Amino acid sequence: MAKKIVHEAMAMPEQDPQERIYNFKEVPLGYTPEMAIGEASRCVQCKKPVCISGCPVGIDIPEFIKLTAEGKFIEAYYKVMEKNVLPSICGRVCPQEEQCQAPCIMGIKHEPIAIGRLERFVADYAREMDKMLIPERERRIAKKVAVVGSGPAGITVAGDLAQRGYNVTMFEALHMTGGVLGYGIPEFRLPKAILAKEVNVLTQLGVDVRTNYVIGITEMIDELRAEYDAVFVGTGAGLPYFMNIPGENLNGVYSANEFLTRANLMKSYLFPQVDTPIHVGKNVAVIGGGNTAMDSVRTAKRLGAEKAYLIYRRSEVEMPARNEEIHHAKQEGIIFRLLESPVEIKGDKDGWVREIELQKMQLGEPDASGRRRPVAIEGSEYSFPIDTVIMAVGQGPNPILLNTTPGLELNRRGFIRADPVTGATSKEGVFAGGDIVSGGATVILAMGNGRQAAGAIHEYLS
Amino acid sequence: MFPILSKKILGPNVKQFVLQASAIAGKRKPGQFVILRIDLNGERFPLTIADTDVGAGTITIIFQEVGKSTFQLGTLAEGDAILDVVGPLGKATEVENYGRVVCMGGGVGVAEIYPVALAMKQAGNEVISIIGARTHSLVILESHMKQASHKLYVTTDDGSYGFQGLVTGPLNDLIADVNKKVDRVFCIGPVPMMRAVANTTKTAGIPTIVSLNPIMVDGTGMCGACRVKVGGETKFACVDGPDFDAHLVDFDLLVQRQRMYHKQEKLSWEKWKGIHENRIS
Repeated sequence: MAKKIVHEAMAMPEQDPQERIYNFKEVPLGYTPEMAIGEASRCVQCKKPVCISGCPVGIDIPEFIKLTAEGKFIEAYYKVMEKNVLPSICGRVCPQEEQCQAPCIMGIKHEPIAIGRLERFVADYAREMDKMLIPERERRIAKKVAVVGSGPAGITVAGDLAQRGYNVTMFEALHMTGGVLGYGIPEFRLPKAILAKEVNVLTQLGVDVRTNYVIGITEMIDELRAEYDAVFVGTGAGLPYFMNIPGENLNGVYSANEFLTRANLMKSYLFPQVDTPIHVGKNVAVIGGGNTAMDSVRTAKRLGAEKAYLIYRRSEVEMPARNEEIHHAKQEGIIFRLLESPVEIKGDKDGWVREIELQKMQLGEPDASGRRRPVAIEGSEYSFPIDTVIMAVGQGPNPILLNTTPGLELNRRGFIRADPVTGATSKEGVFAGGDIVSGGATVILAMGNGRQAAGAIHEYLS
Repeated sequence: MFPILSKKILGPNVKQFVLQASAIAGKRKPGQFVILRIDLNGERFPLTIADTDVGAGTITIIFQEVGKSTFQLGTLAEGDAILDVVGPLGKATEVENYGRVVCMGGGVGVAEIYPVALAMKQAGNEVISIIGARTHSLVILESHMKQASHKLYVTTDDGSYGFQGLVTGPLNDLIADVNKKVDRVFCIGPVPMMRAVANTTKTAGIPTIVSLNPIMVDGTGMCGACRVKVGGETKFACVDGPDFDAHLVDFDLLVQRQRMYHKQEKLSWEKWKGIHENRIS
């Protein structure tokens, strides 16, 4: 019997933009059970589901949606957990519109199934019902694996291998686990309490978590190799780029990493209740068009910026940020200055930012990335007053581990050279994945890398 | 948690802790630092490691109480613990036999020059040290410095102890002695002192290394808060330093960036002092 087609995806309630610019609470509020059943029932359960091919970790999407439609939320959550130990996180921060939802058959004529919202719903439901799954260890394997970095890639490897029975130790340089999920992604996109609960699953699986431990400083890779049977490196990108324009060292100029680390990891939005200060001012300019730029500009708005500008050298079409983030930013009154690029930041006699000079751009021929190259329009420069500038123009590989690990080969861009399938590096028994291999990418791609590397490590040790 | 095994008061508002931190102790080299966070609401801030005992798995930190975090740190006692300590961060000081070196420390910077002097002596250098403070009670680690040096000069701004005047006084005398060449100078202290030393040795053509102390957050190169300009190039002090060629450092920029949170630091300190004044010793 043919099912009645519901054209549009169930909208997810959100905090009112006028309200949320004054707080750090989560923006999307999540589905109710009725909404989840409604949305899940839109799925036509394709015989050859194409959505799975769009998921880097291969979740059995139709099955978990079917269970959701039947109101079997906990079972649906278990189905997701078979492939993804971080569903609350992925349901929030994955770019589903480019991944699982992109090939969805419904999306050809109508709106695709809101897979991400459903994933988030079942994970939140299980957590709120206190039914978080602590996967059983299949068996005990008397072999030790060291995981370097506790971001998305590291967490996935640690979770997978612990579940398979390995003794896993996960090292983190900061005082909190989660990597970019903790220091980078703001509270209003991914509440830290949810991150902590999801990471806690690893601890319960027996993963030994060591924070304040910098591999390449506190202990070297070669030393880990002597103690562990295999090592996975998932240290992320973690070295912010600047633009090399005049004025970048003025007070009030931040890298997005620093601005977000202060706001998220150090919770400086609570200053002076907490000790870490942050400077915002009335007018804030964020340079860049990716998710990090959106996170920065929306954070600045919440920290009291009257005018928060997003300055991007191409047009909106070329922006690497998720559509949802762009949409949310616009709702919150972020001022988009597209096809403009800073040429100089000007300061006062005390070294504080006062003005930014921008140059207008136009789009030329596509470049290596396939996006149209921005070309400067000579003589179009103009300035306006600004109190804070945040550079969100990408990141390079952090040098600490790379400089202290002899024999670890790098690629032309300075990231670790690793087998695209297994994550194997030039050093025997050392695997790598996530941003330290690919450069700045997404949470789920890092998790996909981690999943593959975990499989390869298991094979290597078997 | 990192337990405080012993606490010592070295002078007015200058305190010393020996911390249990065996992984850090095992790796630390002179010139390196740790980043600490006292408690859950604490900020991350760097302190140089003054000494280590690898066998006991301990590190020694010496700090001057200047603001909220350092005063709060000073209220901790033996048996208390610091929530987070990470390191040893930064590049180690380049230790080799240069010949005749001058190691200079100002104020609490003496705690930072001490391990450098010691390492230079062990590497076979003739070590002449000059340490300075505002006044006699603020002179720290004098006996340590004596042991780490072949000759030690002490200066005080007010003349209450040692030579009256700045550390550049004895330095100028050393440079003026044409019979004995100074091969290298290492200097750690307040910015005006490092700047004055850099100016002096630049004229004399003596290679000079300073250790910079900009504001830091993560201390591993991830945030870029600690940007300094050296030879016209922007560097991250936490991973490219903290040691730099004194003659190439833009000290004006360092001072400017150190002042970035001046207002907030004052607010934070006054708020804390209002509640905890009686705990300050």
